[in-house]
Amino acid sequence: MSDIEQIPVTLTVNGKKVQRFVEPRTLLIHFLREELNVTGPHIGCETSHCGACTVEMNGMSVKSCTVFAVQANGAEMTTIEGMANPDGTLSALQEGFRQMHGLQCGFCTPGMITRAHTLLKENPNPSEEEIRMGIAGNLCRCTGYQNIVKAIQYAAEQLNQPETQEAAE
Amino acid sequence: MIPGEFTYHRPSSVAEAVAILVSHGDEARPLSGGHSLIPMMKLRMAAPEHLVDLGGIADLKGISEDGGAITIRAMTTQHELIESDLLSEKLPIIRETSLLIADPQIRYLGTLGGNVANGDPGNDMPALMQCLDASYVLTGPDGNREVAARDFYEAAYFTALAPEEILTAVKIPTPPAGHGWAYEKLKRKVGDYATAAAAVMLSMTGGTVTSCSVALTNVADTPLYAAEAGDILNGSTLDETTVGKAVAAAEAITDPASDGRGPAEYRTKMAGIMMQRALARAAERASA
Ligand SMILES: Cc1cc2nc3c(=O)[nH]c(=O)nc-3n(C[C@H](O)[C@H](O)[C@H](O)COP(=O)(O)OP(=O)(O)OC[C@H]3O[C@@H](n4cnc5c(N)ncnc54)[C@H](O)[C@@H]3O)c2cc1C
Ligand code: FES
Ligand code: FES
Repeated sequence: MSDIEQIPVTLTVNGKKVQRFVEPRTLLIHFLREELNVTGPHIGCETSHCGACTVEMNGMSVKSCTVFAVQANGAEMTTIEGMANPDGTLSALQEGFRQMHGLQCGFCTPGMITRAHTLLKENPNPSEEEIRMGIAGNLCRCTGYQNIVKAIQYAAEQLNQPETQEAAE
Repeated sequence: MIPGEFTYHRPSSVAEAVAILVSHGDEARPLSGGHSLIPMMKLRMAAPEHLVDLGGIADLKGISEDGGAITIRAMTTQHELIESDLLSEKLPIIRETSLLIADPQIRYLGTLGGNVANGDPGNDMPALMQCLDASYVLTGPDGNREVAARDFYEAAYFTALAPEEILTAVKIPTPPAGHGWAYEKLKRKVGDYATAAAAVMLSMTGGTVTSCSVALTNVADTPLYAAEAGDILNGSTLDETTVGKAVAAAEAITDPASDGRGPAEYRTKMAGIMMQRALARAAERASA
């Protein structure tokens, strides 16, 4: 062990509060996957390009391979593990990816859905172009993006229907 | 890809942050959004022993206008620049440029201060700040000093910033209402640094240019303020001959590297094309 001081980090991950001591150089993605066993966020490139490691931190989509865990101290974090509806059924986005074949190998999917989740919160009615620009930080090597865009459009439609809005209240 | 070890500091005021920098000299580095520094640390191209996280300093956030100048505090993120109504109204070129930087995730965290202090010629904000004649407020142990963006950049990663100083704000003279503006960036894909890019600001009266400034990104080891090009265009009607001369003057000051983005000659030419497109779009947007 090094003599660098370990720092206490408290996070709320998918509604659950956790506290750990970490080495300052620990990246958030390693903290989530290795310390907390939250393995939904993937390590694709490790160079801030692919977005497979995307999580929501205080309402922002961030690439958790490019954030130190200590920087996230006190943050509210949502990962793919926190995406399903409270009763365990699939969220509109998850259902969209299923219905529209928005995934093939699935490696990019946790990052894609987590990013799309934040995108739809900020812009509930995005145009196709806004969706494409909105997921520009997430790479998919399989689908060609077409069905990912359709999946997000499916979710936006579902979420904008008055019945689902009432049901969510 | 795990960075080297460092001691983490999270000061809550600028004074405290400067004091930490003073006590550790060039072994300490400020950390803002981390989206240039952390990738460098992962590659072990940077290995600071002390990181001074500016994220806990509330004073370093915000955009305001006062006495003919707009002040953007250093920790304002690129995402916040895009969302700002004040900037959309008074300085729309900042939004246009921000939207061409990296991708949404990076823009949520990457800051204006980090982008301009970094000194990477690939960064887009430095040339824009030169075009806008911005100045940087640098805060050190002896207080504040201001350095013009046009004088700040010395070579790749070498700037006028001293190791014990923090760039705390960027001040931009509010441009006149009705000005024309454009940032044109050629890149291979979304999220890429520029092959070449150009920022243009101009004002026109009765079809004649009354003021014009031009700056270029990533075609030398610093951003380039193309003073002569601006002078040539000033007073013209943007006729083909004058534009040709101005573009040649701007191309003449470039000195790009040949790399994955293309050979040097190509990048110089692309800088000229970006400038021409930016000029045309700026003129369209200016109220004559
Ligand atoms: C995949 C990818 C693509 C990108 N594409 C682009 C692009 O197209 N265009 C572009 O412009 N940028 C691009 N960037 C860089 C991004 O915009 C960075 O966020 C930005 O360059 C640096 O800002 P930061 O706040 O993240 O700074 P940091 O990474 O925290 O810091 C950068 C440097 O500046 C110093 N520093 C930071 N803040 C201060 C301060 N206030 N005072 C003194 N020194 C300070 C740090 O010590 C460090 O040396 C890209 C980044 C990635 C990962
Ligand atoms: S693993 Fe983080 S962006 Fe690829
Ligand atoms: S489904 Fe395979 S990378 Fe996207």
